[in-house]
Amino acid sequence: MDSEAHHLETLALREQFDTEDQQKDASTLGMWVFLITEMMFFGGMFLAYTLYRSTYPQVFGVASSSLNLPIGATNTCVLLLSSFTMAMAVRSGQLGKKRAVIWFLIITMLFGLTFLGIKAFEWTEKFQEHHVPALANFHLDGTPLQGQAKLFFSLYFAMTGLHALHMVVGVGIVLFIIMETARNKYSPKYYTPIDIAGLYWHFVDVVWIFLFPLFYLIDRHIGR
Amino acid sequence: METAAVLERETYLNASYGLKSWLLTKDHKRIAVLYFITVSIFFAIGGAFAGLIRLELLTPQADLVSAETYNKLFTMHGVIMVFFFLIPSIPATLGNFFLPMMIGARDLAFPRINLLSWYLLIGGGAFAIFAMVSGGVDTGWTFYTPFSTSYSNSYVIATALGIFIAGFSSILTGLNFVVTVHRMRAPGMTWFRMPLFVWAHYATSLIQILGTPVIAVTLLLVLCERSFHIGIFDPALGGDPILFEHLFWFYSHPAVYIMVLPGMGVINEIVSTYSRKPIYGYVFVAFSSMAIAVVGFLVWGHHLFVSGQSLYAGLVFSFLSYFVAIPSAVKVFNWTATLYKGSISFDTPMLYAFGFIGLFTIGGLTGLFVASLGMDVHVHDTYFVIAHFHYVMVGGTIMAYLGGVHYWWPKMTGRMYPEDFAKLSALLVFVGFNLTFFPQFILGYLGMPRRYHVYPPEFQVLHVLSTAGATVLALGYILPAIYFLWSLRYGKVAGSNPWRATGLEWDTPSPPPTHNFDRIPVVTHGAYDYSHIPGEEIEVG
Amino acid sequence: MGTQLRLLPEQASTIAPEVDHLAYYLLAVSIFFTVLIFGAVFYFAIRYRRRADTEPPQPQHTGLALEIAWSVIPFGLTMIMFGWGAEIFFKERRPPDDALQVYVVGKQWMWKLQHMEGQREINELHIPINRPIKLMMTSEDVIHDFFVPDFRVKQDVVPGRYTTEWFVATKPGKYHLFCAQYCGTNHSAMTGWVYAMSPQDYQEWLAGGPTGSMADAGARLFDDLACGNCHKPDGTGRCPNLTGLFGSTVMLADGRTVKADEAYIRESILNPPAKIVAGYQPLMPTFQGLVSEEGVVQLIEYIKSLNPPLGQAQGNPTQTTVPAREPAAAGAPPANR
Repeated sequence: MDSEAHHLETLALREQFDTEDQQKDASTLGMWVFLITEMMFFGGMFLAYTLYRSTYPQVFGVASSSLNLPIGATNTCVLLLSSFTMAMAVRSGQLGKKRAVIWFLIITMLFGLTFLGIKAFEWTEKFQEHHVPALANFHLDGTPLQGQAKLFFSLYFAMTGLHALHMVVGVGIVLFIIMETARNKYSPKYYTPIDIAGLYWHFVDVVWIFLFPLFYLIDRHIGR
Repeated sequence: METAAVLERETYLNASYGLKSWLLTKDHKRIAVLYFITVSIFFAIGGAFAGLIRLELLTPQADLVSAETYNKLFTMHGVIMVFFFLIPSIPATLGNFFLPMMIGARDLAFPRINLLSWYLLIGGGAFAIFAMVSGGVDTGWTFYTPFSTSYSNSYVIATALGIFIAGFSSILTGLNFVVTVHRMRAPGMTWFRMPLFVWAHYATSLIQILGTPVIAVTLLLVLCERSFHIGIFDPALGGDPILFEHLFWFYSHPAVYIMVLPGMGVINEIVSTYSRKPIYGYVFVAFSSMAIAVVGFLVWGHHLFVSGQSLYAGLVFSFLSYFVAIPSAVKVFNWTATLYKGSISFDTPMLYAFGFIGLFTIGGLTGLFVASLGMDVHVHDTYFVIAHFHYVMVGGTIMAYLGGVHYWWPKMTGRMYPEDFAKLSALLVFVGFNLTFFPQFILGYLGMPRRYHVYPPEFQVLHVLSTAGATVLALGYILPAIYFLWSLRYGKVAGSNPWRATGLEWDTPSPPPTHNFDRIPVVTHGAYDYSHIPGEEIEVG
Repeated sequence: MGTQLRLLPEQASTIAPEVDHLAYYLLAVSIFFTVLIFGAVFYFAIRYRRRADTEPPQPQHTGLALEIAWSVIPFGLTMIMFGWGAEIFFKERRPPDDALQVYVVGKQWMWKLQHMEGQREINELHIPINRPIKLMMTSEDVIHDFFVPDFRVKQDVVPGRYTTEWFVATKPGKYHLFCAQYCGTNHSAMTGWVYAMSPQDYQEWLAGGPTGSMADAGARLFDDLACGNCHKPDGTGRCPNLTGLFGSTVMLADGRTVKADEAYIRESILNPPAKIVAGYQPLMPTFQGLVSEEGVVQLIEYIKSLNPPLGQAQGNPTQTTVPAREPAAAGAPPANR
């Protein structure tokens, strides 16, 4: 058992690195750099949002109030909880508690899937209410508000869609880590993949923490 | 026999055989070779488009191609050259090959991601080529909305998707370089002992990481707008076409530095080696790269002086643009000062470096014209701008790229190229380039707008000069392609350090073994210390 | 023409010599540094050429003073470029109050121009010399750019908004007009001529045109579209009174205020809910698609003509310097209920 673990550790060190610390540092730094590019990626959309929100504050307010607040709030809670279980999974990985890692990751993944399910429900609702700008008979077609409301819903779909896509990737990563953990790939000396998967998961959560108020809450202070 | 001596030793080229051993390689050197072949093909395609453009412009009327075809030609020339040649050219070939070697690493930090980024470039290129053969795209490489989103009847989506995918190649290369420079340096290789080539690539990588995602999301919005008509850039729905210009140039101006900074890095190595002197003001040159990378992000608005952005925004962007001029000037002055009291030889790479310094100087100085508000209003979107950025991109980046390829060719292949032909090609490129693009400054000041298929007859003389120059330039580019291929088989065998240069990449046989160094070097002195010439004791043959 | 080679375009506007003087300065600095760098590279390369392969390497010297000098001196020179260029740009971007206004609409691939007096032209612009001309420009489709090299002026023509450009022609003659922003297949055919004429010739040219000013055309359009049903001149309609509107400050329903300029009126016609006047309901339908960009500028001229005459040039296009004579009355009409 001991020798097997040792064997796995040496396998885990790729040939271009000299030490495990160097490899871990490189992987972690790589993920941080990647997250910076992700920030810039979402940043372009946030810029577009800011511009149009400040140009058409009233229409954005009205359109915002058509979103389903309780559902959005529920999803926010689900994601916050998933971040907690993800953090617990990383901690367990650090301590070498294999079963705990697997269970926490499964719960994290379930939270992620719950989020996506709720999101899908919400989107279906939007389709039924003809709130989708790209389709025929958009609910405001022919009204003066049409163009600007379309901008709001376009941004809503583009940004939450992009976020959901990141969630899907995140669920895939967590699934992969669960399988690798089950196959004894990680140990307290080498749990970097769990660690960087966690970084990614938290990042995707944080993006939602910005999206939620920007889309759901902007008009709540005006007499509603 | 010489050939036998090279082949006996295991090198990265003969470590394994077969197509699969190349297509699935994780060796940064082999990936660099893959990139080299890829970007050479893209360069040939983009160059062919340029040739057709110059031919059409021989006469004021439309005689060679239709207006529609002409628009597609300059669009695809721009798209191919910018996104599939200039941006990957130096970083992905020379950078990929030599950055790890120069800091004494066995490979990049993430070899598999490195291979992935080559496949992404190929994938993106496939989309772009598909768009071309299906009928082309006519939006200009700038994709200005609402033309690209609502009015163009060409393959905008495929092309934009191609650029989107190739963008991730660029991001991942940058990510790999940053982590490699931070975490993979050999013992004793401190930041200020790194060759300036590495500094330049580090600065470039920062731009790739921070800028490229923005063009990716911008193109994504263009795709959505074009497919679903969601109104983001459509004034009829309340959107703003100027927003696109801002987002586009937020990447595409820094992208200019993605293209030219690595070239400056190459010039540092060449100037130092053939002057046998350290680069004058090493620290200033290193920090000027970083300054260009940072300030380069704050000047995009100078592309919008006549777009209708506010007067005061124009004022700020003009002011900041001059802050980029200074670090560029500092580099040129430092290279010139390096020559002072050097021991200067006129090998081909050095001729290219001289060419670079001269042409980049002119390109940079004419940049001062277009950064000046009152002046830019007149020359904006004319041939003056075309000439200016070709002086930087072709006179700068491509001169440096060719210089770098000549400089490191012995290391990459273990063979020398025929020096006389190489000198001739350097001369042809320099003369042809100036003849092509200098008349365009005058054309631009006279008012000839860019992207014009037909033009008033009084501009013809200058256009004829320009086209004549382009033929000379083309010869200058074809010549190396021939003698490089020739040298692979018949070239003289190069030793491990034919130029007696100082970088760690010369501290290993040519071509290098798969893991670069038999023993990881321990660095005890700064870059460009000519009292320590590496590689002389491991001479082969 | 044809084959003669010119190096500088004609100086046919008041701003042209100023731009050229700046160009001479830039050129002088450029030539100085080009000669300096080329000269130094050549001189050092020859003087310090390698004479023997065994030459010992030279030690490096560093000079902080030199580094500072060649950073600071060029920076000073560039700041002159910045200041000088900015000064010219301010002039180019700020039309004088007494400028003669011409409306320009760009579309693929032609220029449509309308004079206040009612003349309409395609790909040609007739103007008097020695008189500031202000172009109020927009596009029906994609971005274009109105470029007259001999005047050294250029400005993008953007759909969905008005941009302006102004100049004073100094020499009678015929000058190139180019579209300088790539706009599609026949971009290079979207060219025309600017005819600068002596004031007498210009008057004659005007006399040969149709009768009826832009404002008259706007008034007819105003009737055709039945705008008057709601916008009643006595303020009793369901929508704001337009008399005296242009140039005033309007109080909006959400508490903001806005200057009633061309852009505001255009937006209110094509996109009425964007800015609702305080005290009114968002009842007005959009006229997007019902009225062309040329029609919109005619309506604007009509609304301008509703202002009480100010003594000087009627239909004064610049809003900023006109004292807001009745901001309260025009800006906040009595609530309709």
